Amino acid sequence: MSILIDKTTRVIVQGITGREGQYHTHNMLAAGTNVVGGVTPGKGGQTVEGVPVFDTVAQAKIKTDANATCIFVPPAGAADAIIEAASAGIELIVCITEGIPVIEMTRAMLVVHEHGARLIGPNCPGLCTPGAGKIGIIPYQIFTPGPVGFISRSGTLTYEVVSLLTEAGLGQSTCIGIGGDPIIGSTFVDYLQLFENDPQTQVVVMCGEIGGSDEEDAAEYIKTMSKPVVAFISGRTAPAGKRMGHAGAIISGNTGTAQGKVAALQAAKVPVADTIFDIPELVKKVL
Amino acid sequence: MKIHEYQAKDILARYGVPVQPGKVAYTPEEAETIARELGVPVVIKAQVYVGGRGKAGGIQFGDTPAEAKAAAARVLGMDIKGLTVEKVLVTAKIDIKEEYYLGIVLDRKTQAPVVMVSTAGGIDIEEVAATTPEKIIQQPIDMHWGLRPFEALNIVSAAGFPPHVLRQSAAILTALARAFIESDANLAEINPLAYTDDGKVMAADGKIVIDDNGLFRQKEYATWAEPEEANPLEYEAKQAGLTYVKLDGDVGIIGNGAGLVMTTLDMVARSGGKPANFLDIGGGAKAETMYKSLTFVAKDPQVKGILVNIFGGITRGEEVAKGVILAQAELPAGMPIVVRLSGTGAEEGRAILKDAGLDWGKDMRDASEKIVAAIARTEKGQ
Repeated sequence: MSILIDKTTRVIVQGITGREGQYHTHNMLAAGTNVVGGVTPGKGGQTVEGVPVFDTVAQAKIKTDANATCIFVPPAGAADAIIEAASAGIELIVCITEGIPVIEMTRAMLVVHEHGARLIGPNCPGLCTPGAGKIGIIPYQIFTPGPVGFISRSGTLTYEVVSLLTEAGLGQSTCIGIGGDPIIGSTFVDYLQLFENDPQTQVVVMCGEIGGSDEEDAAEYIKTMSKPVVAFISGRTAPAGKRMGHAGAIISGNTGTAQGKVAALQAAKVPVADTIFDIPELVKKVL
Repeated sequence: MKIHEYQAKDILARYGVPVQPGKVAYTPEEAETIARELGVPVVIKAQVYVGGRGKAGGIQFGDTPAEAKAAAARVLGMDIKGLTVEKVLVTAKIDIKEEYYLGIVLDRKTQAPVVMVSTAGGIDIEEVAATTPEKIIQQPIDMHWGLRPFEALNIVSAAGFPPHVLRQSAAILTALARAFIESDANLAEINPLAYTDDGKVMAADGKIVIDDNGLFRQKEYATWAEPEEANPLEYEAKQAGLTYVKLDGDVGIIGNGAGLVMTTLDMVARSGGKPANFLDIGGGAKAETMYKSLTFVAKDPQVKGILVNIFGGITRGEEVAKGVILAQAELPAGMPIVVRLSGTGAEEGRAILKDAGLDWGKDMRDASEKIVAAIARTEKGQ
């Protein structure tokens, strides 16, 4: 078991003929992902990595019965790609694109909600279920199947921590990079709920960072969970008012500080790792 | 991206928000000429990217053109919170009878722009929120259609705006919402919204922050970017396409991925060092990007050593190593560099570094400790 993606998930790639789209389609297939098609307007009828390309998501949906999509469309068209996917009835939308104007995301979210779709990202590395495949750009070889659910706002930090878990013999159920933008499709609480109901997952590792209040909201929800959660917060040395790379990683006024997030999590009895190297030990303690 | 008051008012005026006539002056003489054209009395307002200008003396008055010139001479060159005033806005002075607040800010939780309105205008809205939150009315904008005039009217009415300003305030709020949405703003504020002696309602001050992600299509506003005095390196980095934030310490830090770089800063601090900067080279960087990043970080005179922390995915270790070697020749002699490579191409990269006699760390912690120790050693040696 796992959440969101398993061997039956039928994935299309929007922007499949671009450099990134092509490269990562290759890697997704290599990871065993069931990639059934791709979309690039004007390139319908071609094939990439052996999968058929369509002009629109609606056509791809009819021909392949896809239920998930991975978006590699550049920022100017990415919100439109999300709306197109949701309107075509795709249930799981993973948007890798960084740099989408936030006002476009406020509109895209309306359509996502109206069609009952789930959006992961944007500005995220995607997700991965070891043994079943991945949607996005996460390097698959660092994973091993196991009981740890993993959620993070960052990409490379995810790879770093997953490597530590794997080295420590702690395998993963599903790993999700939720995205570094101020407006993202799903937040920590959404994924915690899914992990809470997933039989394979026995513990969740949550890597948060400065900005917003998703970690504080998660802390409230964790109080009601039966499964243990271990957390890490990055940006303890970040100054207020500066955007630290991610558009969403900014301390505004007194909200969004690492200290506030750590305190909220500790109040929910969540062990918070001082450094990423302490995470495996903390996980072993609560397992 | 921050913009100045005169630029914010320029945008607001395009959407039909009444503002006082005014012009920007870079010299006292220009201020005098503008005052003569506009007619006196005038207000001279410092144009800097920080709040609290009034308290710092950055807002002054002139009853004659000569006084305007003298006031501008006092304000120009003034230091406000570390920023030097290089230009002033000269506007017609208005007699304000009442002050209100209109603001729109992007809200993560409701995933929409949220309108905030208050009869407590003229003061910092965060202060109002902290002391008398009941005086602020908030409502998310429905992005299906934006803010409709009737909705704006409902909001200002609910906030207790009196009848003599109600309709005009609602019209201005509707315009503010359009300006916010169409300009790709993260924040748009009119504070105060003034009711004047002669019965006019107008924006006496304006503040707009533009979403950096929207700048590719806000081409005119993108040309308004200018160096912030306090952080000339950050402006230069932006022009060079680098994601860089200047900090106070002496350990230069470069990595790939925002979360990883932030965590590296924390790790260096934990190892007893002080980070000098945040620099994210992003995904798939080539040797050229690494070279550019290293030489850029070394430009900061505070930097005494540099830590490079890369977890290779799309980014390849040997490209990183090649970039480091290229840059090494141009760095100040004896400046320590520690490189930590993991993931794709790490083996190849480490071999290149070894041949060049460069130090590397086995993981983030080891590398952090090594760079902090190396800097301490160089300091002792000197």
